[in-house]
Amino acid sequence: MSALESPAVSASGLAKRYGDVVAVAGIDFEVRRGECFGFLGPNGAGKTTTMRMIYRTAPPTAGTLSVLGLRAGPDDRAIKGLLGVVPQGDNLDEDLTVIENLLVYARFHGLAERRARQRAEELLRWVELDGRRDARVVTLSGGMKRRLTIARGLVGDPKMLVLDEPTTGLDPQVRHLIWQHVTALKARGVTLLLTTHYMEEAERLCDRLVVMDRGRIVACGAPRDLIAAHATPEVIEVFLDGEASADIAAAAGALCERKVVTADRVVLYARDPGAVASRFATRHVTRRPGTLEDVFLNLTGRRLEE
Amino acid sequence: MNLSLRCAVAVWQRNLTVYRHTYKLNLVPNFFEPVFYLLAMGVGLGSYVTLGSGEPYLHFLAPGLVAAAAMNGATFETTYNSFVRMTFQRTYEGMLTTPVSVDDIVVGELLWAVTRAIIYGGIFLVMVVLFGLIPPAAALLALPVVALCGAMFAALGQAFTAYVKNIEMYSWYYTMFLTPLFLFSGIFFPIEERFPPWAVKLAWLTPLYHAAGLMRAVAAGSFAVSDGVSLAYCVAVTVLLGAVALRTLRGRLLN
Repeated sequence: MSALESPAVSASGLAKRYGDVVAVAGIDFEVRRGECFGFLGPNGAGKTTTMRMIYRTAPPTAGTLSVLGLRAGPDDRAIKGLLGVVPQGDNLDEDLTVIENLLVYARFHGLAERRARQRAEELLRWVELDGRRDARVVTLSGGMKRRLTIARGLVGDPKMLVLDEPTTGLDPQVRHLIWQHVTALKARGVTLLLTTHYMEEAERLCDRLVVMDRGRIVACGAPRDLIAAHATPEVIEVFLDGEASADIAAAAGALCERKVVTADRVVLYARDPGAVASRFATRHVTRRPGTLEDVFLNLTGRRLEE
Repeated sequence: MNLSLRCAVAVWQRNLTVYRHTYKLNLVPNFFEPVFYLLAMGVGLGSYVTLGSGEPYLHFLAPGLVAAAAMNGATFETTYNSFVRMTFQRTYEGMLTTPVSVDDIVVGELLWAVTRAIIYGGIFLVMVVLFGLIPPAAALLALPVVALCGAMFAALGQAFTAYVKNIEMYSWYYTMFLTPLFLFSGIFFPIEERFPPWAVKLAWLTPLYHAAGLMRAVAAGSFAVSDGVSLAYCVAVTVLLGAVALRTLRGRLLN
């Protein structure tokens, strides 16, 4: 298989242990070229560790891994040359200005001085930070820092961009701006690897995704297919008001295909949501479309963001 | 060893870029420090000191102080500064997501520390020459010794940093290691004349003793076999401790 046809990422039995702690428990997945592939799961699911194994700063404990047709391990330097990484949180260089952050990384990627400058200016315009080119990083807002980190990840003109929790801690307005940038990159044919614990983000951006929990992959597929397989088009949530969840579950009866009880509510999945909702007409009930949150809930019994 | 010289130089350039923001602030004190030392220790204290050799105390003192300046310049970079880059600022973590390897980072940092030693020790050297304490021709030969002394202490500091988990540990490194080196390496007095043989042997084992000795030989323009041994000692410590730093940091940064 030539490097061009090979998958963007191919992992089998990929595992990472820290002493007795299992961060990733032997997972298999394949990322296609040009797609946006997501890792959805709560904090501690093993998403970041998986990303770090892919961008080669965490040696796997077991398993085989190839990235863009290159072997993890012997080809690490070549792999890292083809990747762009936007790590979790911000690790921008605070000793440097905005443009220097890009210039320094351009040198790491081997760009000649003139090309580096050209690329840096181009990217600053794209993330709309050209007005702040000589500002110190500490003076930037959270959203600006994240945009700069994305620009920095693109400095080497990567074949694949890894985004680890790209919008965590940002307000909704900024989140939408980041999503626009990610969508634009996908249109350009850059393979995208994304971790998130926001189901809305995963649904909106990912062509396919895996759902991770406690170091394992519990489901894999396109968001729409996963929702169809593990949830219903519409979902009813009945909020607990002091009484036992069993009573509510019983009241819903055979109308529901599936019932999940969480700390403060009972989530009901039914083909005829109207009939179910009418049984709880006097109660605090929410009807909403099925989402990836339900997929996670049905597979693990827990909510994503708790 | 997984080294790309191009990437190591890029790491060095990153530090140079930072230095371009700060040098205006920290270069001027660099000029004054030797002046203060030479005035207080040489002109002040030195006027009460008579050496067995009959040499003026200021002339005796100057070469060792140049070596100590190189030591300080290099040490600061691979201790506090390197630790901050590794932990609080996550600079290395970011570098490692690019083609840069751990080995490139370590070599780039050592090169930068040597650069700082040359700037710091070099300025000291210039002042010492201006005071007429070392002939200008000898100063040219002293510069490689400054670089070697810098490389040795850069490697020592980087090896220590590779193991340090808490920034407070550096007060041990500075107070329990560097301070006695500074005071008992034959910079301020000929240690062989004042201390028992076992203490002299102990001093012989430590790095600044050799760097200061080399500097003294260069300043005087006369070399003995022991200077060759000192030269070998400095090179060996640099290579050995550099290897320790590499090994340890590979395990620490890639985990």
